[in-house]
Amino acid sequence: MATLKELSTREFNISSGHRACAGCAFPMIIKQALMAADNPVVVGCATGCMEVCTTIYPYTAWKVPFIHNAFENSAATVSGVEAAYQSLRRKGKIDKKIDFIAFGGDGGTYDIGFQSLSGAMERGHDMLYICYDNQAYMNTGIQRSSATPRGANTTTSPAGKESFGKKQYRKDLTEVMVAHGIPFVAQASPAMWSDLMSKVNRALAVEGPAFMNVIQPCVLGWKYDSSQSVALAKLAVDTCYWPLYEVVEGKYKLSYKPKEKVPVREFLQKQDRFRHLFTPKNEHIIDEIQAEIDRKWEALLAKCGE
Amino acid sequence: MSIRVAKTGNEAVAEAMRQMRPDVVAAYPITPQTEIVQIFSGFVADGLVDTEMVTVESEHSAMSATVGAAAAGARAMTATSANGLALMWEIVYIAASMRLPIVMPVVNRALSGPINIHCDHSDTMGARDSGWIQIFSENAQEAYDNTLQALRIAENPNVLLPAMVTMDGFIISHAMEVMEILEDEKVREWVGEYVPENPLLDVDNPVTIGPLDLYDWNMEHKRQQAEAMVQSKAVILKVAEDYAKLTGRRYGLFEEYMLEDAEVAVVVLGSTAGTAKVVVNELRKQGVKAGLLKLRVFRPFPAEEIAAALKHVKAIAVMDRSDSFNAISGPVFAEVRSAMYGVQSAPAIVDYIYGIGGRDVTPEHIRKVYDDLANIAARGKADRILTYLGVRE
Amino acid sequence: MSVPKNAGWRDVPKAGRILEPGSAAEYETGGWRTYRPQHIPENCIHCLFCWLYCPDMSVIARDGKFGEINYKSCKGCGVCAQVCPGKRGQKALVMVLDEAAAATAEESCAEPKAQTK
Repeated sequence: MATLKELSTREFNISSGHRACAGCAFPMIIKQALMAADNPVVVGCATGCMEVCTTIYPYTAWKVPFIHNAFENSAATVSGVEAAYQSLRRKGKIDKKIDFIAFGGDGGTYDIGFQSLSGAMERGHDMLYICYDNQAYMNTGIQRSSATPRGANTTTSPAGKESFGKKQYRKDLTEVMVAHGIPFVAQASPAMWSDLMSKVNRALAVEGPAFMNVIQPCVLGWKYDSSQSVALAKLAVDTCYWPLYEVVEGKYKLSYKPKEKVPVREFLQKQDRFRHLFTPKNEHIIDEIQAEIDRKWEALLAKCGE
Repeated sequence: MSIRVAKTGNEAVAEAMRQMRPDVVAAYPITPQTEIVQIFSGFVADGLVDTEMVTVESEHSAMSATVGAAAAGARAMTATSANGLALMWEIVYIAASMRLPIVMPVVNRALSGPINIHCDHSDTMGARDSGWIQIFSENAQEAYDNTLQALRIAENPNVLLPAMVTMDGFIISHAMEVMEILEDEKVREWVGEYVPENPLLDVDNPVTIGPLDLYDWNMEHKRQQAEAMVQSKAVILKVAEDYAKLTGRRYGLFEEYMLEDAEVAVVVLGSTAGTAKVVVNELRKQGVKAGLLKLRVFRPFPAEEIAAALKHVKAIAVMDRSDSFNAISGPVFAEVRSAMYGVQSAPAIVDYIYGIGGRDVTPEHIRKVYDDLANIAARGKADRILTYLGVRE
Repeated sequence: MSVPKNAGWRDVPKAGRILEPGSAAEYETGGWRTYRPQHIPENCIHCLFCWLYCPDMSVIARDGKFGEINYKSCKGCGVCAQVCPGKRGQKALVMVLDEAAAATAEESCAEPKAQTK
């Protein structure tokens, strides 16, 4: 992987002037992912913050070919683009090597676009799907998704007298994608840029489908100061709330082991979506969340042979 | 020299697709369209066509992948029926708004519920305002011919709209008939090389497709789309003219059958036109001035041309193979009557909703319609606008 | 921007396609800002974390070093200052109240001079 000094001579394939909130972390993911590609990239994106904020007509922040079709079909749409590429290349109408990236938020990936994603991965298209997981339907105003963690206050799982927020634990989509038996699956965080870029680079080099789940702190939905996006993306990793690992050709590998596992309480405390948990009535939920993180972390270590 | 073959509608359309050699086909099976996907998959498996076949997990993804492929710069096709079309719905509209010249055979089947697999037109009639060109076929020959023509229409630079070619489920799709197909070479020449506009795969000229288009410019883009549909009418006629030179088979926006001097006329789409022609022949022998207008192109709707063709008739019956549930009439009636509004001493017009869920329509049914029309013509008025034909009272 | 404001429907590219890559750069988001990052060169080790993490592509790198901040697009989120390691505990980027932004905000919050009756 190149150093930042070397990378800084390249032009970003995403421009300023997009309308994402100040401090939003998804532009960091786009920056890093596009910078990691060796070949020209064609991007598809599900409806959501990323698409809405970057392509308000007549402006586009994208400097690579970009298509938005609908909410639930980023994977299917890019699978069609990739099929066109395979066909036209076979017929000698295109000779360049081109890579394909489909983006989707957690709503467009875990929920409404899940079937489309599963189908595209099963069919074996040579493409990388990147989920920018901000853990709720942020674009419509913070509604719970199956990626929303237990205890989070959202507008459709509000904390109240009889509620501590979302009852259910997150769906573990990364493991679901591992179960698809595709050649490359990984989790990443924009705070760990070198790891993220290395994964994107290798995911694109793989022949066949690749999936990456990338955590994306959301200023508005997680409710924290706009300067803290990178810090939270790092804390998610250091608490083992969002472990960095990869499963290449079925083989698990831990990408990063925190020197000292930080209690999840510190991650939760910094986000007002969990504020209601820090009350005598709800404190036990934090313990439960910690226990679940510990259980999953141990299971992951075992899978990685750590 | 054309080749005479015996084929079902599905076989004929699959054959047309093989000869057109689309770059990408993304499709999902649904009765009664399934055979098209199966037969075409066989062509791919045997190397008879070099298409990239994307066997998607749903019709929603079929249309999504077809849109992706077309936007990438490929010639892309899919095919469906009924609930499959309904599942595609959202992306059907997007394909039209993106101005992607996708050709999609639709094998007409009743839209659920109750679930049913047989023919009516509720599926494609529901999509009549989606911005797709819609061409109806009377038989397998027409389904084949219309598929070949649809591609030239859709890809015309003045049009660039997607096109549906329909045929009646089972009645056409599964019935074998003798028909003519073109030699592969001739079809290759007919479809020519496709030059896409602003393809995604032109990585040296990056385009953004499908942006958020708010009140600032949305209306201008929709106005362009509406204009493309207006322009398509002339293109459809020009393509039909070229096709006649190639095959000797002539097509228009609709077919006029014994209409010139007709006093009573039926307006019909699809396979029922064949049944109705038999009845018209019988009635003519009996001295009844019966005629028929078979609508081929439903979108764009040829309103002025229909009004000109029907203005001399005394009474008209529109045959609707689907209901609008608008408490007035079926969808075709609404369009035809609207077209006739403003015609000097316009003929009486009534509507017959028939053949729902595959309910058989026989020459007796059609004869009854003409009998009713004779009555209406004699009295100069109709007692009611809408009759359900062939329903148990 | 490839689409002039006074263009009619016949004049604009089909289907809302945007043919000018990265045209959003013309759209200035600097007006969103309340605080602005201020660069203190003597504390800068040119690690480029600010350049890497800025969500608005507003930190310009030159010759592998910190170059400048594009205040036309900087939204003032403070990420650059947060990730800045600085030198000996002294940050090379600090957030300060943007006087121009504060003045604009004050103006827009002030009582209207004349009221329509």
